[in-house]
Amino acid sequence: MTAGADRIVRYTLRERVIHWLAGFTYLYLLTSGLAFYAPQLYWLATILGGGATTRFWHPWFGLVFTVVMLWMHAIWRRDMRITETDRQWTREVEKYIENRDEELPPADRFNAGQKQFYWIMLASTGLLLLSGFVMWFPEYVPRSVVALRSVAVLIHEIAALITIGAFIIHVYMGLFVVPGGFQAMIHGYVSRRWAQAHHRLWYARLSSEPAAKK
Amino acid sequence: MSGGGSGTLQIKAISGHAGTVPGRGAQRDEAEGVCKVVDVTTCIGCKACEVACVEWNGYPFHETTFDNTFQTMPDTRWNYYNLIRFNEHEFQDGTFGWLMRKDQCMHCVDPGCLRACPADGAIVQYTNGIVDFHQESCIGCQYCVTGCPFNIPKFNPETKKVFKCTLCSDRVNVGLEPACIKACPTGCLHFGTKADMTELAQNRAAQLREHTSHKNAGVYDPQGISGTHVIYVLHDITNPEAYGGLPSNPRIPLLVRMWKGPLKWLGNLAMVGGIVGVALHYLRFGPKEVDKEEVKK
Repeated sequence: MTAGADRIVRYTLRERVIHWLAGFTYLYLLTSGLAFYAPQLYWLATILGGGATTRFWHPWFGLVFTVVMLWMHAIWRRDMRITETDRQWTREVEKYIENRDEELPPADRFNAGQKQFYWIMLASTGLLLLSGFVMWFPEYVPRSVVALRSVAVLIHEIAALITIGAFIIHVYMGLFVVPGGFQAMIHGYVSRRWAQAHHRLWYARLSSEPAAKK
Repeated sequence: MSGGGSGTLQIKAISGHAGTVPGRGAQRDEAEGVCKVVDVTTCIGCKACEVACVEWNGYPFHETTFDNTFQTMPDTRWNYYNLIRFNEHEFQDGTFGWLMRKDQCMHCVDPGCLRACPADGAIVQYTNGIVDFHQESCIGCQYCVTGCPFNIPKFNPETKKVFKCTLCSDRVNVGLEPACIKACPTGCLHFGTKADMTELAQNRAAQLREHTSHKNAGVYDPQGISGTHVIYVLHDITNPEAYGGLPSNPRIPLLVRMWKGPLKWLGNLAMVGGIVGVALHYLRFGPKEVDKEEVKK
């Protein structure tokens, strides 16, 4: 597909591949993690090949997820920078929640909510990675600092719960609240109207420098 | 009361058998459970219990290590459930002695290992009080090690499974005493109901207080974990740490209780709340439709 008169590129192929790599590894980490989190959800481990198998793969998927997040960071770092306009947007977030978007400061390529989601996921990935290493190899934690083990589990659970909250909102926004958002992450295009309504600054920038379009 | 209502067979008499019937008189009352007493004051450190344990469980013997004390091994292992801890000690009256404590799973009434374990069926507690690991369900996460206040469960890095003393649940199940009890030559180990063993231990502690210089003798049955199914008679109940780090008030770590308790319910509530929240948001505000609008330029 090519960008026609009414379509512009929202996400490049590379961006979409990275996004879905992150998405699917996160889904595996979510389901396997929830299995160990709550006895009511232990059946998830059965679906994923049994408790011991799930315990084996969960940390490896965590490593893959981390690598994908770092790759994503290399590509989206600049787009995710939080600006003064974003801070204003965040202060007036209730307008966004109530779908009064036209009263909000204009958003660049990503709006302040998307940026916050990104930074929450990246920071949580760091916490999950560090605590996850302790939980991966608890046998190497000396008995003198045995408390580190339970601290690691606590941090891992809290960080995971934060990502779950953010993830619920992210999926809900992409699938239901912003029609066209999910499709954009599949085939890469959005309509001009979509871009102008949701990301006015980005659209204006694109319109003024058409060469930047890929 | 034979069998104790547990559906097992307890032997009353044996044909052509010299000596006493193994396990006879050891009642298995499910309401109070079984109990092992370790009378530390009569232990001679012979390690017969260690040998009986590895023999019964079919594990290989381990080479001993030498660290200038009588301690033959630094710690229990995944296939070495039971280890006597030797500690040089000066008693209150100035005399010197060895504190020799047989260290093994305490079979807590409120087991931290079981509370911490996320794997369905990996740890069970029987009505008789025995806490047992089922390795076929173990996922090797070692949360049990984190939850245990006595540092008992041991990880086998090869099979990724955790092991510990079973209180010979396979023997007790058929009315026999644990292997270590059978092997003890001084009678410092006893096995029976919790009530009987508590009485025996208390009598022994009283005897020590009255007839020896150990005026602080007492029974170690820590209540921070609602008591244990292995209890000690100690010369000095006020200083259990002297016996190779026996905690004076063992508790399931606070953080473990938190992540298995309030945090779990808060988290579940937050997750369900999040899903309900976005569903309500959709009903109230709906999607941000833009394609139908005119492009304002």
